[in-house]
Amino acid sequence: MLSIKGLKANVGDKEILKGLDLEIGRGEVHAIMGPNGSGKSTLAHVLSGREGYTVTGGSVTFEGQDLLDLEPEARAHLGLFLAFQYPVELPGVNNTYFLKAALNAIRKARGEPELDAVSFLRLMKEKLKVLHLDDSLLKRPVNFGFSGGEKKRNEIFQMAILEPKLAILDETDSGLDIDALRIVADGVNALRSPERSVILVTHYQRLLDYIQPDYVHVLAKGQIIRSGGKELALELEDKGYGWLGAEEAA
Amino acid sequence: MSASTAVEAIVESEYEHGFITEIESDTFLPGLDEGVVRAISARKGEPEFLLEYRLKAFRHWQTLATPKWAHVYYPEIDYQAISYFSAPKSTDGPKSLDEIDPALRETYNKLGIPIEEQMALSGIAVDAVFDSVSVATTFRTKLAEAGVIFCAISEAVHDYPDLIKQHLGSVVPHTDNFYAALNAAVFSDGTFVYVPKGVRCPMELSTYFRINARNTGQFERTLIVAEAGSHVSYLEGCTAPMRDENQLHAAVVELIAMDDAEIKYSTVQNWYPGDAQGRGGIYNFVTKRGDCRGARSKISWTQVETGSAITWKYPSCLLRGDDSVGEFYSVAVTKGRQQADTGTKMIHLGRNTRSTIVSKGISAGEGQQTYRGLVRIAAKAQGARNHTQCDSLLIGDRCGAHTFPYIEVKNPSAQMEHEATTSKISDDQLFYCRSRGLTTEDSVSMIVNGFCKQVFNQLPMEFAVEAQKLLSISLEGAVG
Ligand SMILES: Nc1ncnc2c1ncn2[C@@H]1O[C@H](COP(=O)(O)OP(=O)(O)OP(=O)(O)O)[C@@H](O)[C@H]1O
Ligand SMILES: [Mg+2]
Repeated sequence: MLSIKGLKANVGDKEILKGLDLEIGRGEVHAIMGPNGSGKSTLAHVLSGREGYTVTGGSVTFEGQDLLDLEPEARAHLGLFLAFQYPVELPGVNNTYFLKAALNAIRKARGEPELDAVSFLRLMKEKLKVLHLDDSLLKRPVNFGFSGGEKKRNEIFQMAILEPKLAILDETDSGLDIDALRIVADGVNALRSPERSVILVTHYQRLLDYIQPDYVHVLAKGQIIRSGGKELALELEDKGYGWLGAEEAA
Repeated sequence: MSASTAVEAIVESEYEHGFITEIESDTFLPGLDEGVVRAISARKGEPEFLLEYRLKAFRHWQTLATPKWAHVYYPEIDYQAISYFSAPKSTDGPKSLDEIDPALRETYNKLGIPIEEQMALSGIAVDAVFDSVSVATTFRTKLAEAGVIFCAISEAVHDYPDLIKQHLGSVVPHTDNFYAALNAAVFSDGTFVYVPKGVRCPMELSTYFRINARNTGQFERTLIVAEAGSHVSYLEGCTAPMRDENQLHAAVVELIAMDDAEIKYSTVQNWYPGDAQGRGGIYNFVTKRGDCRGARSKISWTQVETGSAITWKYPSCLLRGDDSVGEFYSVAVTKGRQQADTGTKMIHLGRNTRSTIVSKGISAGEGQQTYRGLVRIAAKAQGARNHTQCDSLLIGDRCGAHTFPYIEVKNPSAQMEHEATTSKISDDQLFYCRSRGLTTEDSVSMIVNGFCKQVFNQLPMEFAVEAQKLLSISLEGAVG
């Protein structure tokens, strides 16, 4: 589904991704771990088309299409979703209104009929139940004045509504209390299907107790330096990154 | 695309409402002297008192110089090059829509304002001002049943001369300022609303203003009187066709609220702002003032200003009655070479008077915007309170926002709050929206509408939708 080959990317003059390879199959869950500053968020941003990164080499294809040529919204239309490490506040923009506009933009781009207000509300109610979210959040402006944990849960709620084919969760577990962590994990697990893939960027084994990954990768110094099964995460928890020669910012 | 470049592309979109209706008008030759003032009055068959009023104003105007203090720049206006009267032909008063000039109706249709539909669907009475003379007035009967008068001011002069004589110029005297004096001398037409004691006006009153005849200054005059315990909501909206030469618009609006009365005055203004070089836009020099004359009265101004080359406008409240309330909610957009110097004045004279000011300024391109607000608490205004919130949103880095708050407090019991912010649409916000599938245009529109939310919430429902659409059109071209 997603194929990254020799990806190199700069921020300004600084090379952050230095020839990164990663293959994600349909229905798979991949965890990416690695020291602070190793390039995990950079990878997530390059995949979703954020400004300010220059790709200097390699390729990324998503379901056979060259992803790097596409605008961010076109990538979303194809089914890519990024849960932000730092969700952005949109003052005055109603959460429900925002989500409905987003969902309908995606549906429209795919040639599907737009959802009317009633069907959308029904969909929202359904997803709310799964995520145990307080619906008062939906009446508030997007992420505005939300607590750190509420922002993260709102990201997962958006994901549940938009039903992406590939979701990239950038440290969605950071800053969550134990209950919230379980709720987020439930949300992701509820979305798991043979059609859908997930990239989990995380620093903690804890999340992987709830969401069992098929593969675990270590990203360090802009490359995947080790890949393995879920036991690799346990090993990292135990030994840190040092033994892999990936000390840098850790 | 970064936030600023994306937005700039959008901002360069052309004005959508640019077209000129071919309609025969009967227009005076350019120029202004006492003879022209007399001719205007004669053409309208006005009573003597009004001619006297016009002449007095004209003589005073001749002694005045153009005000220079506003933060706007434009070539000197030649008042002798302007024509001061223009009326569409055959204005004997239509009995039904069928009698309206098809070209005129076509204009409304192009603007997406089908009068028929409005009448049928929204129950809004429409007093459509086409150039200087009202040619369509609807729902008069229903209003008459309630005792509400809603008509062209030129008609009111004939039908209710006593009310006009009593109130005209009582809030904005002809000596008030240069443009108010000019308006008093040559005002063409406008709207008169009178709501009797204890009456709640059964519908929103609405007027669409248009400027159409080439090179004809337009001098609207609006007078709204709400007697004790009455309530009225008035909507004013305008769009204008594209033109080559600058057009002067110097309107005067006077509102009077007696004891416990409430007037809500909402404006959506979308006049031609000029081309990318700033040529050909409307000059909008307006004097709007509300007089909270009675105790516990309330006057609320809400405005959404997206058009005009130059805007000079300060809807104000004189809070004379004890416990009276003044409000000003404003969204102003300046883009391209547009300049706006706008704000409000809240003059607290009565005890326990309260005022709220919420101003949202959006500047894009090379737009220059100034908020100028005065809050004056008189010595007798014991317990007066004001809250001012003044937010600017800058799009790109060639535009400007300037804030000039003037505060004069003569009573120590006054409570004053002032908040001001300046922000930009960040790349983070834009990317966040786009990563959810929204186009850049939709993202900008959503963020800007969010910024204006507090003001849009004040507008009557159907007007709020219109305002959002207008904002999207003015910032986005393709959308809407
Ligand atoms: N806009 C930027 N300007 C300059 N440097 C940047 C920018 N964005 C990222 N970097 C640098 O790129 C490197 C990788 O950052 P990135 O955010 O991808 O790390 P990360 O692996 O997500 O770290 P963390 O675990 O702390 O979230 C860091 O050294 C960071 O300082
Ligand atoms: Mg990161």
